[in-house]
Amino acid sequence: MIFEQLQNEVTAILARYPVKRSALLPLLNLAQAREGYVSEPAMREIAKLLDLTPPQVFETVTFYTMFNLKPIGTFHLQICKSLMCALVGSDDLVAWIKNQLDIGPGQTTSDNMFTLSVVECLGSCGTGPMMQVNDDYYEQLTEEKLKRIFDDLRRDGTCSLKSGPFMYPESAAK
Amino acid sequence: MAQYEKILLKNMEQPGYSGSLKEYEQAGGYQALKKVLKDFSPDAVIDAVKKSGLRGRGGAGFPTGVKWGFIPKDHPGPKYLCCNADESEPGTFKDRQLMERDPHQMLEGMVITCFAIGAETAYIYIRGEFRLGAQILWRALDEAKAAGYVGENLLGSGKTINIYVHQGAGAYICGEETALLESLEGKRGMPRFKPPFPATHGLYQKPTVVNNVETMANIPHIINNGAEWFASIGSPPKSTGTRVFCLSGHVKRPGNYEVPMGIPFREFIYDLGGGMRSDKPLKGFIPGGASAPFLKPEHLDVKMDFESVALAGSMLGSGGVTVMEEGTSMVWAALRLMEFFYHESCGKCTPCREGSSWLVQTLQRIWQKKGRQGDIELLEELCGNIAGRTVCAFGEAEVGPVLSTIKHWRHEYEALIQEAQVALPPNKELPVFSH
Ligand SMILES: Cc1cc2nc3c(=O)[nH]c(=O)nc-3n(C[C@H](O)[C@H](O)[C@H](O)COP(=O)(O)O)c2cc1C
Ligand code: FES
Repeated sequence: MIFEQLQNEVTAILARYPVKRSALLPLLNLAQAREGYVSEPAMREIAKLLDLTPPQVFETVTFYTMFNLKPIGTFHLQICKSLMCALVGSDDLVAWIKNQLDIGPGQTTSDNMFTLSVVECLGSCGTGPMMQVNDDYYEQLTEEKLKRIFDDLRRDGTCSLKSGPFMYPESAAK
Repeated sequence: MAQYEKILLKNMEQPGYSGSLKEYEQAGGYQALKKVLKDFSPDAVIDAVKKSGLRGRGGAGFPTGVKWGFIPKDHPGPKYLCCNADESEPGTFKDRQLMERDPHQMLEGMVITCFAIGAETAYIYIRGEFRLGAQILWRALDEAKAAGYVGENLLGSGKTINIYVHQGAGAYICGEETALLESLEGKRGMPRFKPPFPATHGLYQKPTVVNNVETMANIPHIINNGAEWFASIGSPPKSTGTRVFCLSGHVKRPGNYEVPMGIPFREFIYDLGGGMRSDKPLKGFIPGGASAPFLKPEHLDVKMDFESVALAGSMLGSGGVTVMEEGTSMVWAALRLMEFFYHESCGKCTPCREGSSWLVQTLQRIWQKKGRQGDIELLEELCGNIAGRTVCAFGEAEVGPVLSTIKHWRHEYEALIQEAQVALPPNKELPVFSH
């Protein structure tokens, strides 16, 4: 019962909408943030909370690419392969990552650290190549940067190279 | 190089500006809202926005004031505003900056819009990947609420305007306004038939306005400085104001640049963007996001306004300009974009669902030098069977890259197919693409 410990969040989410079903994506996001993926028990619980049938929840979940239906590694590497990133070298980095981590898209390293996904545009095309790792963006990637990101994540669980509030180019005044 | 006055990026370009409420207020923030509550009727706000000539910055360029005017005034029940922060058109990354660096600017615009259309509730539909953006917006909303700019009894006016952030979960199509509404209702994000339009049957079948982040960010400035001022900037009468154009691809200085509408692409790419990143010349560019047909170097003097780009056979769209240097295969570029559209087709309409898969397969075999005679004609026929035959504009969008690259660089397609004929025995059945 994952939502039992999240009563406050659930109440706050439900209060935003006049129609309960609108809370579906926020609750799924919450479940995934909690468990790393959207489990079947979570979907059943959400269905109950929102007066939906489990299939109504499932049909919605499967439409959206960000929901993982299976557990994944600690860090979900999502590297963009769309045209703008590809123009500045994302394909080479994808190949490099596959080689370094010895996994392909959809696979997880044997230590359960990294899961790799090759994804479509993440809205950061001027600072490509780029990837998202869990909630964070990493931009203007190079092999050296990737190396450091993987090392830091393995060691510290976080990496200071992640993007802050976005502005590019940075203002000349700075 | 010409210097242009910034409107939307002005605050954030000040050294040290963090976008907090205090700094926004110091820069003159929320004065427009105060002015509106004191001196304006809802109709007067709509009139001002109509007179300003502001057109939507999300892609379609619909006149914003006119859209607001469609909201029925005598409607008894609730009305809604949805701010479209889905930003997922490849090549576009301006809304992210507007939200993360100066969130109050768009929030103020949203509150004023709610006042104008009589909405008490607004949602910001932000793409799920923008976690940081969502956090920043929630924080800004808390600040605005505490200061009385958002919430109940707004600045003592007796009005209530609540704004909530709603995170998507990864689906390009949810940027299409009716798909956005479906998604906000907790369903699969599949576009609705129009009519009826969101203005009368939108969120929960109630009158609804959907506007882009940048559109919203312009509103306070129109109120503060007047419709005439705004209408004098850019390329009047049809393309007024500035735009935050996004530059990506093979240029020295990619990024977001705010300029008055109507400067030539040449100035944008070469002066602001520093020109090509290497000594290779420009081969082609996309003028307005992945959905906009490609243009060639001969179009560099086209002006960056809605009409001029349309006349050149493309569209200004979302404002994302992507530059490609000589040596880039245009068949490959079309394929890469087509893979995006194939991945993102929501599957509602057969021409788009099936057609996008056919287009990807055909492009892929041409690119892999396994193309057949007649494949170019096949691509053209497929495109003809998609565009205009779908519920939403995704159909037109996905054929743009294919048809325009065939139009401008047909010889590249022909050469690849020719190579295939040499390499392969004729009439051999070829394996098709699998994803
Ligand atoms: C396939 C498709 C994707 C779209 N994606 C976006 C988007 O990410 N952001 C956006 O603001 N508008 C997007 N639009 C345009 C919206 O449908 C709508 O026109 C816009 O949000 C209206 O706001 P505006 O008038 O302020 O531009 C998209 C349209 C289509 C057909
Ligand atoms: S193309 Fe990679 S982030 Fe847009």
